[in-house]
Amino acid sequence: MNLAVNNTSLFLAAMLVLVALGISLWQKLGLDRDIVIGVVRAVVQLFIVGYLLKYIFRVNNLWLTLAMIGFIIFNAAWNAKKRGPGIDHALAISLLAIFVSTGVTLGVLVLSGAIKFVPSQMIPISGMIASNSMVAIGLAYRSLNSQFHDQRQGVLERLALGAGLLDASIAIVREAIRTGMSPTIDSAKTVGLVSLPGMMSGLIFAGVDPVRAIRYQIMVTFMLLSATSLGSIIACYLAYRNFYNEQKQLK
Amino acid sequence: MNSLISLEKVNYQIADQHILHDVDWQIPAGAHITLTGPSGGGKSTLLRIIAAMISKTSGTLIFDGQPIESYDPIMYRRQVSYCFQQPTLFGETVADNLAFPYQIRKQVMDTQRVVTALNNVGLSERTLHQPIIELSGGERQRVALIRNILFLPKVLLLDEVTAGLDENNKQIVHAWLRQLNEQDHVTTILITHDATEIAAADQLAKVVAGRLEVHA
Ligand SMILES: Nc1ncnc2c1ncn2[C@@H]1O[C@H](COP(=O)(O)OP(=O)(O)OP(=O)(O)O)[C@@H](O)[C@H]1O
Ligand SMILES: [Mg+2]
Repeated sequence: MNLAVNNTSLFLAAMLVLVALGISLWQKLGLDRDIVIGVVRAVVQLFIVGYLLKYIFRVNNLWLTLAMIGFIIFNAAWNAKKRGPGIDHALAISLLAIFVSTGVTLGVLVLSGAIKFVPSQMIPISGMIASNSMVAIGLAYRSLNSQFHDQRQGVLERLALGAGLLDASIAIVREAIRTGMSPTIDSAKTVGLVSLPGMMSGLIFAGVDPVRAIRYQIMVTFMLLSATSLGSIIACYLAYRNFYNEQKQLK
Repeated sequence: MNSLISLEKVNYQIADQHILHDVDWQIPAGAHITLTGPSGGGKSTLLRIIAAMISKTSGTLIFDGQPIESYDPIMYRRQVSYCFQQPTLFGETVADNLAFPYQIRKQVMDTQRVVTALNNVGLSERTLHQPIIELSGGERQRVALIRNILFLPKVLLLDEVTAGLDENNKQIVHAWLRQLNEQDHVTTILITHDATEIAAADQLAKVVAGRLEVHA
């Protein structure tokens, strides 16, 4: 293998940060504080994660692996929740949606033998699934919020005609699910042509034959489709009721 | 007296804004009531409360012998049907709108009935497949009205539904609404600012600054 980022080369690469800082100061963007905070956080978080993962991989304990996956799912849900301001129970809904989408997808991958139940495979894959599910759910929440705002009159009219809450919302719910899934579908269409995605690049970087590396990328494409569709549909179907009150009126 | 709808001391407040004050109103079954009053007086608010689109903040509202709270709002709205002031159509075509009342009842659209309804308000069958963006304001208004009566409600609450129409089409819509009231016994409350409509009213009620005045 030909992997040689040592501390000295990292330190020299840190000069790239100075480029961003310089631009911020020169153009008076006011981003210098954020850049410094961002860089320090990235370095500290990644070092901690690096040592933590090293420990978890070494002990290779079932419960510790599951706990780590649980931690990833919780963080993903917490972040998804922040993208749905005004949606009650957004944390609980996001947790369930990410838990199910990650669980089902991981289950299929493990049962099909695509990945092994070892922490060095389970944890990174869970992270990829949960984070994509998180982004999809966040987009779906934003779409629900903006559509219920923009299409308020249409929803009111459906209600006045005696529509149930799902009938009054179904067009909005479908569009929100579509919004959640579409980045994954779009990137599936261009994968390999526009970008060499992370999984595949990492393997190629580590010296794996590209023909083997793409198999992993194909698996990733499949799993992200499943994760984002499950995450979006669960989150949307649980969240739309929030826009109505007890008397089945639009809030 | 047997009222189909009865309101007692109905109030509506939002934050510190008192929009309706102690409204008492007895609406007999089969009535045809014209509701008028200055802009901003609270007419639309009153009909939306009766339609269960919003909830009164105090008072009682009895429909068909039972308090409004005892009904499932969805089933109630199929009986007491509100047509919005300046309605919008949804979906792509007129058919999307007229199929909707059937969809929510898990039925297929009765094309014959829909075409008859279109004809009744002076529209042709061709309208059915027209994209909604091509319709004129008055055509939209009439399509919206048809959505409310494909399944006859017990009560029809009409919020300035003829406001966008020319004299001729106003006449057509009025004659049809009369027929629904007289032959099908649909209790009708119609909000209007139109002097001719007010002059022709059977029963006139006014909402002025949140208070109801009923004229015999
Ligand atoms: N959701 C709301 N929030 C704040 N104010 C409201 C709300 N709904 C109605 N109002 C206020 O209540 C008053 C009555 O409104 P409403 O629409 O019932 O009047 P209206 O009699 O139908 O008038 P118009 O003839 O112009 O249609 C108005 O002053 C309006 O601004
Ligand atoms: Mg009004």
